[in-house]
Amino acid sequence: MTGFFQRNGLVISAYLIGAVTLWVAVMIVLPQLYMLDFSFRHNLPPAKIGGPEDVYTLDNYRYLVFGSPTSPDPFNYLHLQVFLRTIIASVFVTLLNFALCYPIAYYIAQVARGGYARSMILLLILPFWVNEILRAFAFRILFGTSGVINTWLVALGILDQPIDFMRADVALYAGLTYAYILLMVFPLYNAIESLDHNQIEAARDLGSPWWRIHWRVVMPHAKPGIASGCTLVFMLSAGALAAPEILGGPSSLWFTQIIYRWFNTGGNWPQGAAYAIVLLLACIVFVLAVMRVFKVSLGEIAR
Amino acid sequence: MSARSLTRLMVAFYILLFFGFLFAPLIMMGAAAFNDVNFPQVVPWEGFTLRWFPALFSDALMMEGFRNSIWIGIGVVCLSVPIGLAAAIVMTQVHRKLQAIYYTVVVSPVLMPGVILGISTLVFWDRLGTVMDADYESFYYSGMFLTIVGQSTFISAYTMLVFLARLQRFDRTQEEAALDLGATHVQVFWKILVPFLRPAIFSAMGLAFLTSFENYNTTVFTIQAESTLTTVLAGKVRMGTQPDLAALAVLIIGVTLVGAIAIEVAQRREQRRSYAAQAAAARAERAARAPAAQPAQ
Repeated sequence: MTGFFQRNGLVISAYLIGAVTLWVAVMIVLPQLYMLDFSFRHNLPPAKIGGPEDVYTLDNYRYLVFGSPTSPDPFNYLHLQVFLRTIIASVFVTLLNFALCYPIAYYIAQVARGGYARSMILLLILPFWVNEILRAFAFRILFGTSGVINTWLVALGILDQPIDFMRADVALYAGLTYAYILLMVFPLYNAIESLDHNQIEAARDLGSPWWRIHWRVVMPHAKPGIASGCTLVFMLSAGALAAPEILGGPSSLWFTQIIYRWFNTGGNWPQGAAYAIVLLLACIVFVLAVMRVFKVSLGEIAR
Repeated sequence: MSARSLTRLMVAFYILLFFGFLFAPLIMMGAAAFNDVNFPQVVPWEGFTLRWFPALFSDALMMEGFRNSIWIGIGVVCLSVPIGLAAAIVMTQVHRKLQAIYYTVVVSPVLMPGVILGISTLVFWDRLGTVMDADYESFYYSGMFLTIVGQSTFISAYTMLVFLARLQRFDRTQEEAALDLGATHVQVFWKILVPFLRPAIFSAMGLAFLTSFENYNTTVFTIQAESTLTTVLAGKVRMGTQPDLAALAVLIIGVTLVGAIAIEVAQRREQRRSYAAQAAAARAERAARAPAAQPAQ
């Protein structure tokens, strides 16, 4: 510690320690801990906070599983169903994204040369800079009942009647997949790029078919990249709010939308905080599962 | 046709399809902005119009959101750039054993869903306000302030990563030389470290501002009664019927793309310079080692 002060001087040391403490303690750690604490409390008006009624409770979590005590159902089917659907749909979006991006990442990393590869990367990055809301809006224009796709399909005589892509959640899955392409391509690209091309040549010379080269040589090498891309895409899909609001069908909800309602129209913040904690736990479980399956460390994922 | 050229054709087709998927939605939205119908659509094409653009500027709600977004963006830059710089410098000095834990903690906001950052910021500051017995008008409850803090929580991690990349090439002997010649630590910081980091500071500022400007998930919780351009936009898109949205999209995309390309070019140049420096260092090392390795003949 004295070494730190000697090396940086008093003023600069104060700045470094002050800024990092502000960030780590006041902005990262304390709010998370307080949210956890808050989720175990009753929904009280400000005057009663800290009073005798302000005790710990499991009610907020109980509500997610069993619903309100006055309802006739044994479980809170609606919210549990939304939670499961969010998780399953996010896994599906992640797998779809991986299937779409792997060939492109491999192509840019191992096949394309110099300037060509660089311009492809630039092209990949550009749409990512466009506002999330506007990207979702673009998919509305494409997939709406009077959207581009429906109008063309009807005009070409393939369909008699426009399909409601939004109600069928096609628009939502397409929009989510689109939104996180870059976060899948980059980790994959970085991992595949570090593979020595000679290994692929060697496998090919020894008569391995292309699919076995990928399965036995490229993918094992790219494991950290696959793990990191899948984690990022899953977390962002499960935590997405804008895309489900704009592209989701009228009858289907995303778990984040329920959280948002507890804070907005529902006016029950502790309940919303409990739901948020559940979402965070689901994400952490997913990360741990990925680390297990791919046998990689957290450091390799969060690189 | 041989099998090889067939594969090549399929690969080319796939790449075309992939980039089509990437750009078609944006192009269609762009086209809708110029279509002369009262609904955001591309087909049927009713003729070219520019009338949706002026309509934007007469929308008071949107203009207010736009102004708020700019102020929040400036606030986030002022908060996240110094924090990211400090965190990056500490990262280079922190003890090896602590480094992994420190890294996990500071990178965690990037991995956490944005809604959770927004919620935790909101409830934490709301509680602080109650504890301090603050006035309802005070900053604890201000949507603008909370949004700046909430967004900076994860944007600081982005800026830190930008600074770390550049700091890896910093030659500490410069610092030591200046200190030996009698400079103070503050002078060393402003006259040696900051000028060395200048390109990284500009990229970090641009990155922070753009990320803040387009953020939705965190903002929607922290902003409360106020609004930013993104939240106004989200409200409008949900109704989803006015073509002036597409016009706005064209404007925003235009501005962000110019900004993004500028950052991209700057980073490329930076990268090339670093490769060149590495190559030069490797050459110098080889040259230094070569005479020693070969016995005199």
